[in-house]
Amino acid sequence: MQSVIFHPDLCASCKSISCLMRCQYIEFSGIDEARAERKKINSGLDSRVLHECLTCYSCQEYCPNGNNPFFFLVEQQEKLGILPAPIPIVKEQLAMMAPRGRLEPQKAHAPVVDMCAFPMLTGCIRPPLFENASVFSGTDFFCNIMWLHFAKNSTIFERVPKMIENIMTCYLKDSGPDEHSMAELICFHDECYGTYTTVANAYSIPVPFKPIHLFDYIDKKLDELSGKIKPLNAVIAYQRPCSNRLIPETDKTLDRIFEKIGVTRAARKYDRQNALCCGGVPRAHQRDDFADELLEKNLNDMVASGATYCVFNCPFCMATLAEAVAEKGLFPILVSDLVQTALGG
Amino acid sequence: MDNLIKRLEEIVGPAHVSAAAEERYFYSMDPGTMPAAPPDAVVMPKNTKEVSRIMALATEKGVPVVPMGAGLVLSGLTRALKGGIIMDMKRMNRVISVNPASRYAIVEGGTSQGMLQTYLKKHHPGLKHSMPDAPPVATIGGNIAIHGSGHLSVLAGFHTDMLNGMEVVLPTGEIVRTGSCSVSPDWFARAPLPDLSGIFLGWSGTTGVITKLSIKLFPKYKHNDLLVFVCEDADLMPEIISRLTSAQAAEDMTPWMTPKPFWAKGFLHINIAYGGHTKEELTFRRNLLRASVKEYMDKKIAGFLPMPPPQKKRFMKLPSPDLARFADVKKGGGFEYVGAIMGIERFPEAYRAGLEIAEKHGVTWSMGARIIGAGHCMMFFYAYAFNRADKQDVARAQAALEETNAAALLIGGIPWKAEAPAQKQIMAKMDPSTRDLMDRVRGMIDPAGIMNPGNLET
Repeated sequence: MQSVIFHPDLCASCKSISCLMRCQYIEFSGIDEARAERKKINSGLDSRVLHECLTCYSCQEYCPNGNNPFFFLVEQQEKLGILPAPIPIVKEQLAMMAPRGRLEPQKAHAPVVDMCAFPMLTGCIRPPLFENASVFSGTDFFCNIMWLHFAKNSTIFERVPKMIENIMTCYLKDSGPDEHSMAELICFHDECYGTYTTVANAYSIPVPFKPIHLFDYIDKKLDELSGKIKPLNAVIAYQRPCSNRLIPETDKTLDRIFEKIGVTRAARKYDRQNALCCGGVPRAHQRDDFADELLEKNLNDMVASGATYCVFNCPFCMATLAEAVAEKGLFPILVSDLVQTALGG
Repeated sequence: MDNLIKRLEEIVGPAHVSAAAEERYFYSMDPGTMPAAPPDAVVMPKNTKEVSRIMALATEKGVPVVPMGAGLVLSGLTRALKGGIIMDMKRMNRVISVNPASRYAIVEGGTSQGMLQTYLKKHHPGLKHSMPDAPPVATIGGNIAIHGSGHLSVLAGFHTDMLNGMEVVLPTGEIVRTGSCSVSPDWFARAPLPDLSGIFLGWSGTTGVITKLSIKLFPKYKHNDLLVFVCEDADLMPEIISRLTSAQAAEDMTPWMTPKPFWAKGFLHINIAYGGHTKEELTFRRNLLRASVKEYMDKKIAGFLPMPPPQKKRFMKLPSPDLARFADVKKGGGFEYVGAIMGIERFPEAYRAGLEIAEKHGVTWSMGARIIGAGHCMMFFYAYAFNRADKQDVARAQAALEETNAAALLIGGIPWKAEAPAQKQIMAKMDPSTRDLMDRVRGMIDPAGIMNPGNLET
């Protein structure tokens, strides 16, 4: 089995053990216990962490050394056969999200937007924000990062190179600015950008195009369309998704976007590095009670913040939370749609 | 024949009788595989009195009568196998009254499921009845007459278990009542009287015409949700179903297995619908259901499919559109299934038999079940879609259906609303004394032998 890039010595030399000590979901009696569990994991032994992990990606962000602790942890889960979800659930989803080989190469033109496996959201790609955009979606282009939630690193190794090949063959082969420059791909979903940057680096998967995060695209576009912006003057609660932990630098870009459209990101307990999981993954892990608890804490925090919108960037988070959020009186909306609203689109 | 048409016109008016070739063609078949059998005439009565007069006329003339609801039974039970009159009940479609205190509705025999559903939604939003997975135009009377089931069956059994009583017109034209309404002005139960309703339930329209009936209603919850349990081992299903039903928290439980979409192939699913008046009640019921099968989740051999709320919506529609969608897979408008009533413990062998038959005949298949009562039995179905315009395809489906009926009987099940060939298989296997009793009952009620002849005959 291929392995992710992880340096055990670097990990062993870490004094803070932030990966475990800062975990919001697993409690340790103290740093000594965290150290002991880390040692077990790094030695390829069973650890309660491997069983209790919510797979929220946070440790990847907390690691002060950029040492891919989360990817390594998932690798250990798979090696030891510690599955967070029942086998039929994983197998059926593997089949559901498998590439179908429905490939039809098309002439794409910039901006090319990757909608991942969310064809139902292609309506989001509309002017003025996405004027003349080419869009694609479907499981033949699915970034496959979700398997980090299911102890399936091997699937990422197996499928991501194929997805990259599909994207290149079908959409990006001839769409670079010139023969010397890499084509750009706007990633609508954090997960795709995280896959083609952080995951690809950690898994040594070459990426022959330049991924552009949605926030970077929107940020730049708002400068072009600044004359059209009508500030929304609203307070919003942001549901930061797990995959943003792989690319924390983009969170600052989001702040700039909010500022440009006249939106105040409520300072709440469960945002930024303390963001809570939407609850979708623990439900897949058959931990509904835990998901209920997270939901209640998160919603109460959103309501207390005085926000009128709950803003999502992850479509799955939105699908999971939108109804519950709306019942609490907040308007659920994707970042891109919020920006379109400010632009009158 | 001209005289018959004239007499029928005198009863229901000329607009509601037809012997036109195109009408007779239209009424000669249903969407299933059974060959066409055109009636001589079609009549649409408006009330019980008209039904009574038609039956008396038919008996007088010895003309067969086939009562029909929406004609969606799929197994050809409403074909005029020996000619005669098809009595289309769709004009008798009134919701007569609803008793919210004792939770029942009195409807006319041709009232559709969709009409009652809509009526309740408008006038009694806190009540609902059990919807079968048929198009909304399917009639309540028709479904009751065949021992149908629906989305409240895990709670309250077959639709016949939800019946409080009926008004029925006998083949000779007499009007009789069964249940409490035969003594009381109220239609609240079949007890404590001798249960004469049974003379008309499961008889495939061979004993009388249901003109009114009282059906039980149930609380309609404000909050509703769905769980989908998944496993890979058919041998586990009886125990899983037993545990889930033991929680007594669900309204409906429907296992399903299908090779399409491709990702579902090889997996056994159980849709579990439940509800609550409050969110807390809903969560409590969910927790009961989850706890009942926790052992399987802990062993990682089965579990609940993660589905965000928007994905659940299509599974929660009543009636479910999925069977209708499957019915059109072959784009030829042909669809039929063997629904066999059997014990829960028969699930694994029923499933394996279905796989073998589908492979042998190369048919497009889907299998599933509806659990009846608290795991007391199930209606296990083998559905085959086919293109009606493709004779070979129809023949393949026919052969598969016949073999499936035989297989269901072999493993201890009984084909439900069986088509004519399957009825013969059932009758051949039936205890001779039971067959004899059936003949005597029918001979007494229908001395002229005019009620839907060709069905359930020994």
